[in-house]
Amino acid sequence: MNLMYFLVQQMMFFSIPLLIVALGGMFSERSGVNNIALEGIMVLGAFAGILFINIFQERLPGQPVLLLALLVAAATGIVVSLVHAYAAINMKANQSISGTAINMFAPAFAIYVARVVRQVQQIPFANQFRINKVPVLGDIPILGNLLFTNTYLTTYLGFLILLAAWIVLYKTKFGLRLRACGEHPQAADSVGVNVYRMRYAGVMISGALAGIGGLIYVIPTSTTFYATVSGYGFLALAVLIFGQWKPSRVLIAAFFFGLMKTIASAYSGIPVLSTLGISNDVYKMIPYIATLIVLTFTSGSSQSPKAAGVPYDKGAR
Amino acid sequence: MKKSSVNLLRTEGFASFSASLSAILVGLLIGFLVLLASNSTQAAGGFSAILTGGISSRKNMGQVLYFATPLIMTGLSVGFANKTGLFNIGASGQFIAGAFAAVYVGVRWTFLPGALHWMTALLAAMLMGALWGIIPGLLKVVCNVNVVISCIMMNYIGMHTVNNLVTNTVFDSLNNQSQKVAASAVLPKMGLDLVFRDNTRASSANVGIFIAILASVLIYVILQKTKFGYELKASGYNSDACRYAGMNEKRNVVCSMAIAGALAGLGGALLYLAGSGKCIEVVDILAPEGFNGIPVALLALNNPLGVLLSGLFIAYLKVGGDQMQLYNFVPEIIDIIISVIIYFSAFALLFRGIIQSGLKRGGRDSGTQTVGEPPAAIKKGGIGQ
Repeated sequence: MNLMYFLVQQMMFFSIPLLIVALGGMFSERSGVNNIALEGIMVLGAFAGILFINIFQERLPGQPVLLLALLVAAATGIVVSLVHAYAAINMKANQSISGTAINMFAPAFAIYVARVVRQVQQIPFANQFRINKVPVLGDIPILGNLLFTNTYLTTYLGFLILLAAWIVLYKTKFGLRLRACGEHPQAADSVGVNVYRMRYAGVMISGALAGIGGLIYVIPTSTTFYATVSGYGFLALAVLIFGQWKPSRVLIAAFFFGLMKTIASAYSGIPVLSTLGISNDVYKMIPYIATLIVLTFTSGSSQSPKAAGVPYDKGAR
Repeated sequence: MKKSSVNLLRTEGFASFSASLSAILVGLLIGFLVLLASNSTQAAGGFSAILTGGISSRKNMGQVLYFATPLIMTGLSVGFANKTGLFNIGASGQFIAGAFAAVYVGVRWTFLPGALHWMTALLAAMLMGALWGIIPGLLKVVCNVNVVISCIMMNYIGMHTVNNLVTNTVFDSLNNQSQKVAASAVLPKMGLDLVFRDNTRASSANVGIFIAILASVLIYVILQKTKFGYELKASGYNSDACRYAGMNEKRNVVCSMAIAGALAGLGGALLYLAGSGKCIEVVDILAPEGFNGIPVALLALNNPLGVLLSGLFIAYLKVGGDQMQLYNFVPEIIDIIISVIIYFSAFALLFRGIIQSGLKRGGRDSGTQTVGEPPAAIKKGGIGQ
């Protein structure tokens, strides 16, 4: 039983950032703009957040610093995403080009600024954000151990964002219009929806969530930041496609991938697996191979937003 | 006479070239501003190091060729796939898979005599790269798996597989990397080490750059001059029309991915057989060369011959960036410059439109507006495939 608690707690560290960033990508793509810049936005969001924590961690108590850092990360993400949005929406540019440019820019810029500000490339931070046990809720049998011990505030933020994303996308006027812009922008325009504005909104939401996701990924897994999020932006893209651009399926995809990743990294603590004598590298491959296998069985019909990636041109017929 | 020169100015190639050039100028300008902002006294020296570092000595000129070789190959891989409507984000996995095959043959198959040894190693790398590319292609046509997602997965699977294979077959446990390849597997220098050297220090330039040039020309010919290439491009532009016209669209996807994979795999071989002392390190980091191929291809607007130029250009900047470190700047500034150049090259179509309409003013040219537009699937960024 302790093993299961441990696995679920670990899984959250992998799954929650993937979930948040993939949901961000979902808003962008459902509005009609592909966003392969997620990786770069994550790096810059994490960088700004960690830099903030590094500066303020001695002056402010733990959780407030974390919340403020999340805001900083989100704001940074929005600013970076505007760069992508301008190229993709106003300039009608090829969206993978500007995304690639941001992915290349982000780590270089983070290292450059770190060198200028701190003379070294790594930024250390004290992890004072772990919650050993949530009062009251942590005492609930089973569930308390699963979700309310050895956790981070960010885990609950992830679920909150999921809920909000689902409500916004399916239960609000805004969500309906956003989806229309990703499916058939001409039709949306003909009934008075401002396609450009909706697409800007979609990309900015993706920027905020990717920035937050970057910070959330770095905090539990490390104590220094070295201008990388280990390809999680691309994995979030994979989770988004795996999840067929729908919040609930994105959740399943993120949890599936996170669980596989946990098994891969913690197999030596799992009695059944540690005695098999299979090489470390093979375990590390499990999440990727498992994802491919699941995809071969579930990819029959793709439900990607029809207009995603196509610049909207008012004059086009 | 005058008329023909005006026509030259009006060609699509010239407009593309000047569009890329303006993007490059903007990128360099911003790079200079970054240098100024971080250390204004050294900025001029640092900037001239970037601009002239690649030709400051014969050795550095050779290093440009050496660094350009894998960039051109992965750039060709990404660009070729883009031309056929596929976004090959899996060049990293194909690159390292090919590199391993080459190193394995290079270390173990010492029974092969002379030049046959390194040639076999290159061939093995192409086969391995092609295999790594074919898998996403097959998954796409058989099970409709999105190419982008399967390529991302194959990158990680490739990295871990190669780590595992290196540790089990050709491991140098002291340095945690692959063993050095046999002398006969090292690519011949073709006299380049004699041309590009400073007294005793030779550059790492070798036959690889000629192979990369040959590959660029070959891919150009395949895409532009053969029926096979025409079919591949057609399925990139419009797969439905392609199927209606009786082409085997599924075969085209698999072929495209196989060729793209072989190109990236060959790039891996050319880097690790270059005899510069570089070995495959056993670390959990995706091979960056594969991702660097994306900007190389995009800067060249996916044109194979353009890839040759953009690969050389980015390698030139990289070497300049190494020289810039003498002025105490971080080499990452080069990446910032390149990313700005790429960002503005995304506006290339717009720049090009302005340039063309400027040149056309008073002329009677027409119908050039849609020439050179990328395939619809590429405009989509290929994510939804």
